[in-house]
Amino acid sequence: MSFLQLNNIEKSFGPVKVIKGIDLVIENGEFVVFVGPSGCGKSTLLRLIAGLESVDAGNIHLDGQNITTLPSSKRDLAMVFQSYALYPHMSVYDNMSFALTLAKVDKAVIDDKVKRAAKILNLEPYLDRQPKDLSGGQRQRVAIGRAIVRAPKVFLFDEPLSNLDAALRGQTRVEIAKLHRDLGATTVYVTHDQVEAMTLADRVVVLRDGKIEQVGTPLELYDKPANQFVAQFIGTPQMNVLASSAVPQLANAFAMPVPAGGFVGLRPESIVLKEAGTGQLRGKVELVEALGAETLVYIMSEQGAQIVARQNTRTHVKAGDEVGVEIDTSTAHLFDAQGRVAHSGGVAGSLSP
Amino acid sequence: MTPALLVRTTVAWLVTLILFFPLGWLILTAFKTELQAIEVPPLFIWSPTLENFHEVQERSDYLLYAKNSLVTSVVSTLLGLAIAAPAAYSMAFFRTKRTRDILLWMLSTKMMPAVGALVPIYVLAQKSELLDTQLALIIVFTLSNLPIMVWMLYSHFKDIPHEILEAARMDGATLWQEFHRVLLPLAMGGLASCGLLCLVLSWNEAFWSLNLSAAKAGTLAALIASYSSPEGLFWAKLSAASFMAIGPIVVFGWFSQKQLVQGLTFGAVK
Repeated sequence: MSFLQLNNIEKSFGPVKVIKGIDLVIENGEFVVFVGPSGCGKSTLLRLIAGLESVDAGNIHLDGQNITTLPSSKRDLAMVFQSYALYPHMSVYDNMSFALTLAKVDKAVIDDKVKRAAKILNLEPYLDRQPKDLSGGQRQRVAIGRAIVRAPKVFLFDEPLSNLDAALRGQTRVEIAKLHRDLGATTVYVTHDQVEAMTLADRVVVLRDGKIEQVGTPLELYDKPANQFVAQFIGTPQMNVLASSAVPQLANAFAMPVPAGGFVGLRPESIVLKEAGTGQLRGKVELVEALGAETLVYIMSEQGAQIVARQNTRTHVKAGDEVGVEIDTSTAHLFDAQGRVAHSGGVAGSLSP
Repeated sequence: MTPALLVRTTVAWLVTLILFFPLGWLILTAFKTELQAIEVPPLFIWSPTLENFHEVQERSDYLLYAKNSLVTSVVSTLLGLAIAAPAAYSMAFFRTKRTRDILLWMLSTKMMPAVGALVPIYVLAQKSELLDTQLALIIVFTLSNLPIMVWMLYSHFKDIPHEILEAARMDGATLWQEFHRVLLPLAMGGLASCGLLCLVLSWNEAFWSLNLSAAKAGTLAALIASYSSPEGLFWAKLSAASFMAIGPIVVFGWFSQKQLVQGLTFGAVK
């Protein structure tokens, strides 16, 4: 059953069209992440769902009701803002109970719900404090608490972790995932960080330039990208995308011929370093990034294409070394001249059934 | 004390004394007799008298004028806030391409000399039988202060993150709840300093009160003026009347100077 449905949504700011016809169906209980580079319209799309911006064309249905023109206050959605947007003049308790107070919920019920949310989020000792007396991570938890006490139809998150430091970001990410598992609430989450998208989402919506590029589970996007943009956006380091002319040695190595003017996409883990003189390509190491568990090696091929290889073992190669490059051609993705996928390769290192 | 600091301190004192001198002289003169007041060289040692104050109260009803000043300035300030706050809210949080132009246009009305609008406003007041009423002064004070009030509140509201209001909307707040439960508490400082400033401006307003009011609705500004022209200059009584007129607002300003300064410099230094 479709729970939240967007039909052909459009939005312009002045002469600039930022959302160009979005169709999307989100199921009940699903965790959907909007991801894309800045300016792709992901936050605007979230604000359209929230009712904080009005749509120019198309409609939005929630739980069987057309909410396209309904004011935010009547949509029964809760939103966690990037800046937290706590009410600075209210205590943590009042911040969390504000929505229920407005809804004239019984005081004892409010108290119970706030206390329970505070327990889940480890906020019990801070209920009497003002937002200004809290750390960034605590403020973030209050903002989440403000959303969960209401048990809304949908949770909306607008880049909620981007103001936290790296360690706290990872920790809060895990907490949000746990929270979603426990509450099972439908969630729409906006981020520019593809790691957040991959780790949190049931389904990821990749946006570019006001349009959906691809919708799918995190691994679908990683393994079967619909086009060159998604292929390069998902995964760090980026997929190597080489013009077919840069790898003439490989012309006939793939499951099908590379389309004319097309591109070959290779995940860094599909590339193995060999002794110079072996492997399909020859190149020179430009940079080695030893990250401990993995090592990234940046190679400039003879034909002038930059290739990144990911090694799960330690390596002795160093910048300036001549190396051979072996490519697992069965995992290669082939794109046509417009960047659309022509062939999706297999998964590197996957277990055979 | 370094020489630079010495120079600065001296200059500061000098400027302060020059600025304060007329006010100080007015206070001294208020306690002299009419003869002592015009003596040359001026007297610095005399036995002070309260006779002038007594006479001002006798001849013209000080309390009536004070009441008029109080009512017109307080009511016009409250009315102004009630109109300016929603206007500033919409301009600060729902900006359009024209917002800037409207703000500038509002301010531009303050560039016009008030006397330019005297005849039409006088005729309007006369035709609607509002001459010499508190209501006429309240309306004129409110309208003439509105541009400043909208500007001040606009710059206060602009500093409030709009996400906080959006959060209230998402929490189910109606427009009115968003306004009075979230925006107003956050903007209290701004509202207070804006109100204080307008109270002072209305209290000190002289041009319109002189032209639109007489014995019934006259404010303290009109009381002071009545001691200057028609019966010749009575320096001591004029000073006493002025002293009584500005006294309350100076005391008031003294207690609220922090808010006043904050209000005037808001947005400028931050």
